[in-house]
Amino acid sequence: MASDLNVTVKHLTRVEGHGNIYFNAKAGKVEKVLWEVDEAPRFFEAMVRGKSYSYLSHITSRICGICSIGHSLASLKATEAAMGVRISEQTELLRRLALHGENLQSHSLHVGYLAAPDLFGAPSVVPMVKTHLDAVGKIVAVHRLANRLSDVTCGRTTHPITLTVGGFTKVPSEEDLLSAKKECEKNIEVTRSLAKDILSVKDKIPDFWRETEFIALVNDKHYAFYDGKIGSTDGGTYPVSDYLKVTNEYFAPQSTAKYAKHKRASYMASALSRLNLNYEQLTDGAKEVAEMFGLKPVCHNPYMNTIAQLVEIMHSLEDSIDLVDKVIGMGLEEEEFEVEVRPGRGVGAVEVPRGILFHDYTIDEVGNCVKANCIIPTNQNHGNIQQDMEAMAPKLVNMPEKDIELRLEMLVRAYDPCISCSTHYLKVNFI
Amino acid sequence: MKPRVAIFDFASCEGCELQIVNLEEKLLDLIDIVDVVSFREAMKEHSNDYDIALIEGSIMRPMDEERIKKIRERAKVLIAIGACACLGGVNKLRNEWPVEEVKKEVYGDAPLEGNKFFDVFPTKAVDEVVKVDFYIPGCPIDRNEFAKVITAVALGRKPRLPTYPVCVECKKRENICVFELGQFCLGPITRAGCNAICPSFQDGCEGCRGFLDDAKMDAQKDVLRKYGVTVDQMMKKFNFYNYRKGVL
Repeated sequence: MASDLNVTVKHLTRVEGHGNIYFNAKAGKVEKVLWEVDEAPRFFEAMVRGKSYSYLSHITSRICGICSIGHSLASLKATEAAMGVRISEQTELLRRLALHGENLQSHSLHVGYLAAPDLFGAPSVVPMVKTHLDAVGKIVAVHRLANRLSDVTCGRTTHPITLTVGGFTKVPSEEDLLSAKKECEKNIEVTRSLAKDILSVKDKIPDFWRETEFIALVNDKHYAFYDGKIGSTDGGTYPVSDYLKVTNEYFAPQSTAKYAKHKRASYMASALSRLNLNYEQLTDGAKEVAEMFGLKPVCHNPYMNTIAQLVEIMHSLEDSIDLVDKVIGMGLEEEEFEVEVRPGRGVGAVEVPRGILFHDYTIDEVGNCVKANCIIPTNQNHGNIQQDMEAMAPKLVNMPEKDIELRLEMLVRAYDPCISCSTHYLKVNFI
Repeated sequence: MKPRVAIFDFASCEGCELQIVNLEEKLLDLIDIVDVVSFREAMKEHSNDYDIALIEGSIMRPMDEERIKKIRERAKVLIAIGACACLGGVNKLRNEWPVEEVKKEVYGDAPLEGNKFFDVFPTKAVDEVVKVDFYIPGCPIDRNEFAKVITAVALGRKPRLPTYPVCVECKKRENICVFELGQFCLGPITRAGCNAICPSFQDGCEGCRGFLDDAKMDAQKDVLRKYGVTVDQMMKKFNFYNYRKGVL
């Protein structure tokens, strides 16, 4: 049945930041489908100019409350690369643990509080407290552990205190690390059970497939979060310092965020990208969760990113246990470190919950930043969201407006966009 | 009837809203005394009928100014949450340069003319645009303080913030003064309430909770001079969250 459709979602909800969706069709033919970002631009790259190297991670962590640990670490790595600062093995292990804290925090928030309501047919997690108390309890448990792990490693859940150029202002205590490890162990069973709850509503995940390129860090030694080269499912690896050849940012007028493209019209940075590139390096428990959902590389269904996040929750729990054992086995200690100011340019890349993140700084001879560039995963994904919408749109025209709206909202939510990062809102506008 | 609460975000990292979510079970206790009718980051449900508006973020654009004025008209009580809303926070760091210069640095030659999303003025704190009734300071806010302030307002009481400096809390925790560790700290002039969290992790206070109304600025400057801090270093630290409020 050919019909006229006008769908407008203004200020899309249950996402971090502000974006809008517009969809309209005449006589069964799609005329316009548009993903628009209208977050207030905040100009971080401009404001860090003239600031001391020691302030940069504290300023740029404020780009995003959800991935403040990742921004701090990308910032520190860029600063350290620019000034030639080396860090100890203990620092690297503790930073990797901090990144798991954030990954668990962000994924449990997204899978549990932001995405799950669509699968369970609820407008938000609030009514789910009445209808699915058991599942909500599991989400709260994982989220609480994640906050604890972040507190232990960073001194605070959001906006790290202890992470600094060259090391830690204060190393976590063995006692706190062991208590966090015990919580991780407890939450493995909780996560397995949560995975079963979500499996029971798996049919609510749309079946949509569009081939695209996936970009993530790759590392020979382990499933890459903290360090690696840039990898692509279209083949090839690139050193982090060549990031501009991969991201190719461009300005799209419908957005206060910049867009990115590599070998195709767009690419995806995400948990799904990491899983597609590094599946074999997942922990056994994480692979079990992936198998429950039939999630195998290379998966080209963007809606499955939520499931990739669930898989990574298990991976982060299991790997955190290993990391605590390793760092304590080495003999945890407060380390002395000195930082020498040297001018130079450096790029830092880390995998944050939503995908690969780059910070690039130039530091002058007195240790002040003179130039900065930050490329955030959500920016890299805006183009891919638009491409998905365009591919999906013709199949949507025979659906009722409220189903179209849900389908498009779920798509954007699956990318778990962090729009204040990329500069905020989801509105679907059926115009 | 329970007071109706709505939460709105402007230019910010949304980390303060996240602290509300991070209350976990305590959030359920709060829901016993207030009805949350709008919280875009966590809920699809929305209503324009509310008593208490919580504002996160700074005001950057005419479109934001228009929105905050509408919210002010609808709300009986307006509370600014977090450094961006209370002070302008890190968002004010860009006020050092003209808007056009900052746009060019970040967006290069992209055609921004006439694009309303980029119609930006120098960053403002919320109370530079509308009347603010109460403040919950910090970057990010302290979730327990948040719960206390909301409980007080919901029960019709006036919430109180500490009127003494961070140093008081830091001394109570028996921390080594970070000045003795070779750092410098804005603890002597900054409003307490964070339990001196940064100095407790051996990192100097950056003043995210704002300066006390009767801050002893001269004494602070004497301390900084004593430890050999340069004027340039001082200004950068003062400006971090309190742009041009610590004028030397």
